[in-house]
Amino acid sequence: MDVSIVVNGKQVTRDIEPRQLLVHFIRETPGLTGTHWGCDTSNCGACVVLMDGAPVKSCTILAAMCEGHEIRTVESLERDGRLDPVQQGFHERHALQCGFCTPGMLMTARALLDENPDPTDEEIRIAISGAICRCTGYKNIVSAVRWAAEHEAAAKHGDGLRQEV
Amino acid sequence: MQTPAPFDYERATSVEEAIASLQRLGPEARVIAGGHSLLPMMKLRLAHPEYLVDINDLAELAYIAEDGDEIVIGALTRHVELLKSELLAERLPIFRDAEQVIADPVVRNRGTIGGSLCQADAAEDLSAVCTALKAKVVIRGAEGERTVGIEDFHVGPYMTAVRDGELLTEVRIPVRPGAGSAHEKVERRAGDWAIAAASAAIWVDGGKIADAGIGLAAVGPTTVHLARAEEVLRGKAPSEDLFAEAGVVATEDCSPSADGRGPVDYKRHLAGVLTTRALRRAAARALHQEA
Ligand SMILES: Cc1cc2nc3c(=O)[nH]c(=O)nc-3n(C[C@H](O)[C@H](O)[C@H](O)COP(=O)(O)OP(=O)(O)OC[C@H]3O[C@@H](n4cnc5c(N)ncnc54)[C@H](O)[C@@H]3O)c2cc1C
Ligand code: FES
Ligand code: FES
Repeated sequence: MDVSIVVNGKQVTRDIEPRQLLVHFIRETPGLTGTHWGCDTSNCGACVVLMDGAPVKSCTILAAMCEGHEIRTVESLERDGRLDPVQQGFHERHALQCGFCTPGMLMTARALLDENPDPTDEEIRIAISGAICRCTGYKNIVSAVRWAAEHEAAAKHGDGLRQEV
Repeated sequence: MQTPAPFDYERATSVEEAIASLQRLGPEARVIAGGHSLLPMMKLRLAHPEYLVDINDLAELAYIAEDGDEIVIGALTRHVELLKSELLAERLPIFRDAEQVIADPVVRNRGTIGGSLCQADAAEDLSAVCTALKAKVVIRGAEGERTVGIEDFHVGPYMTAVRDGELLTEVRIPVRPGAGSAHEKVERRAGDWAIAAASAAIWVDGGKIADAGIGLAAVGPTTVHLARAEEVLRGKAPSEDLFAEAGVVATEDCSPSADGRGPVDYKRHLAGVLTTRALRRAAARALHQEA
């Protein structure tokens, strides 16, 4: 069947089997292998993308179910060579080691800050509770999301966002 | 890589169309709502439908509203909406208790109340919640609608009263004065299924418990309805001793099996402790004494 999904603002149309999962539809699109898949059982969160702005586990949604919806993947975060504040925060606070969980963590964090620009550490931990990181112990991830929240707030107040990468 | 076996897919644009599709496609067709129980089962070949009828576009099935002396919830209402609903938080706080501990926030963006009840997994938290609240469900087919009590809805493990060609459309919860409700769960880690969970509702009238409802999750082949404990509570004044007595009945009337989540005696113990805790919190809410 032909399925047409808006991925990162661009219409992607492909003839697929109805059983194709969203994560594979995305990863088979040239240039979009940033979305990872790990557990395949909706437990690890590596495959999280945004569907109409809300984080979802793309290993547990059929691509066919996403026709007519907007999907955002980790590749959409960087704009014009500028990292998104959550990416910058992960860099500043050393919130990744192997990087396997990172695309899902970044998208989950992005959705959290879009809904709640000033989350507490506890709220951040709840938001990422569906994502497993085997390396960092989470402390630096929470700290990175706080970094992003603080810098986004500062940017809004005109202080500008530091961009040393 | 896990992928379901091949099937054909249709997307319904109305309840009538979904029912017509299910009737036309016959017993090999399944509804897909959030897909967060069905797709994992299809990946594992525990379910192998030949056709999926996607009901995610049926916005008319996504609502939480008051209707006379009932609160009505559309089958396609997602966990996240149940969690955020101020109406439920005020009138039926048991839902917010449960939704804070059902899966994780990302899964909650997809899973629905209809899918949870139709899955009829004994560990499903919302089945225990609906049992405690003495909910009714509305099932629609080509011949029209019927309303079934939650007791008659779950007919066995993974089996419900929904027949081929039918759709669960609504959950109806009676609202009575003097109500208090709460859900208590113990899980191995954040986002996991319950080792055991207890849902309790009580209705207080003139200082006495006029009626009570208790449902347990994950401690039997189906959701456990604690009818005998409800009987113990009826007509008595709420007290710590009474709730402890109901807890003892819970340990006796559940039938857990041993698995990776724990041995039988531990689960029985939990069923008792959680029943007592849920009743204590439900009573505090009914009497407006919650700390
Ligand atoms: C990682 C993970 C953790 C979870 N943890 C918990 C937990 O702790 N507690 C808990 O209670 N649940 C938990 N769940 C289950 C979650 O709540 C599911 O979303 C829910 O059980 C099923 O809802 P769904 O909308 O995804 O249903 P689906 O998977 O779409 O459907 C489930 C079944 O119901 C049928 N169905 C769905 N809607 C209808 C309808 N309207 N009419 C007739 N039949 C219908 C389908 O045909 C299928 O047989 C977890 C799930 C995951 C993936
Ligand atoms: S691959 Fe989707 S949650 Fe792990
Ligand atoms: S950085 Fe390795 S899993 Fe998170």
